[in-house]
Amino acid sequence: MDLTLHVWRQKNSKSDGHMEIVEAKDVSEHSSFLEMLDVVNENLLGQGKEPIAFDHDCREGICGACSLVINGEPHGPEYGTTTCQLHMRSFKSGQHVYIEPWRARALPVLKDLIVDRTSFDRIQQAGGFVSSNTGSPQDANALPIPKPDADKAFDAAVCIGCGACAAACKNASPMLFVAAKVSQLAILPQGKPERERRVLAMVDQMKKEGFGNCTNQYECEAACPKEISVEHIARMNREYFRAAILEEPEKQGHGGD
Amino acid sequence: MALCDRIIGNGVGAKAVVAITGLMLTGFVMAHLSGNLLVFAGPEAFNKYAAGLKSLGGILWVARLGLLGIFILHLGLAIRLNLENKAARPQKYVNEATMEATFASRYMVQTGLLLFAFIIYHLAHYTFRVASDDVNAVPAEDVYGMVIAGFSNPIVSGFYVLAMAALAMHLKHGVSSAFQSLGIYHPNLNVVTQKLGPIIAAIVFVGFASIPVSVLMGCIK
Repeated sequence: MDLTLHVWRQKNSKSDGHMEIVEAKDVSEHSSFLEMLDVVNENLLGQGKEPIAFDHDCREGICGACSLVINGEPHGPEYGTTTCQLHMRSFKSGQHVYIEPWRARALPVLKDLIVDRTSFDRIQQAGGFVSSNTGSPQDANALPIPKPDADKAFDAAVCIGCGACAAACKNASPMLFVAAKVSQLAILPQGKPERERRVLAMVDQMKKEGFGNCTNQYECEAACPKEISVEHIARMNREYFRAAILEEPEKQGHGGD
Repeated sequence: MALCDRIIGNGVGAKAVVAITGLMLTGFVMAHLSGNLLVFAGPEAFNKYAAGLKSLGGILWVARLGLLGIFILHLGLAIRLNLENKAARPQKYVNEATMEATFASRYMVQTGLLLFAFIIYHLAHYTFRVASDDVNAVPAEDVYGMVIAGFSNPIVSGFYVLAMAALAMHLKHGVSSAFQSLGIYHPNLNVVTQKLGPIIAAIVFVGFASIPVSVLMGCIK
């Protein structure tokens, strides 16, 4: 099939970008979207032109490196699929395909279709972890976790932190990502010791990064390649209100500081 | 104070305040509608209801000031949140798709601002009596007569019906959305909360719009 690609080209984070038309000829419908771009890049290199820069890593839909807003939809038209797992049979010959980077102030473009996602790392570092002492592991069955809780936590834990939720959101809010990380640990006993501090710190970091606020339009849920439910956003809201009331303001110079 | 900063200063907390004040304003709208529908019971019943409200005196003013406070919180925080949202995406998509967001949810600011303009006109029209000579010609005690006089003008009635359409759209998204903002999401509750917005929107639109339409059609005189 032949496609007309409209691709965002931007030299670096300082320069202004623009849409550029690139023709993709003889694309195999069996190839993935990224393989299609690989072929396009080979041709560009052959013509002595700069290839299109895009993020990718595992190409198995589990690492969260690939991105791309394809015809307005993060990770393209297939539901619950990352761009690397999107196949060209989802497109028709002669179609115009718009390829843009994630758009958010907190996810600035570095080059072409690559954005800087370290704001997601900083949100994760603010509280998306459990602290544990090293030593010999305890017996696996010493900590009983009800099956429904384990399933709910897993539904949240499948988040790969790709950023599609923020890209899809009309307000550039990464609420589904933050909610998945908060939820995953709030449901499990291992997350309890840092429960209040975690949600306050992560929500606060999200605000500091300059992301928008959720308006419950659920574009994120529709775009999420891991099909994470907005139920987790409601849980994060509950966690936040609970922590806002319970967590005491931090004291300076006490304990082992 | 830490709690105040966590609630007002943060998007998640501020949204909860917008949700609670929004639900309170919805409660006021429903109460206002049930009172207004007495217009179909005739001039005596309607004027008696209006006189009853006015006789509350001090309590009425407490209620009015409370309502004003709730309204200012709702409007002010919603505008601040919206400005933050706009700033979060300085560069728009060239080709933007909408997958899930409803029409009502995408125009909350526009319907909200139209309602703000409507409320000012509505208060000037019937409460302060400074907007229409037809209404002012009727004595203030005859609220029923004021309604008939005001809605006999098709342009005025048209604006009221338009504003009620905006209100219905605002509530369709707003009421159901408020529960999510407050963290109320559960399979056992969603059947109610997700339908509540559209149901209240339909009741409010049909109920309020029926009054100017009935006056114009001559069903009530």
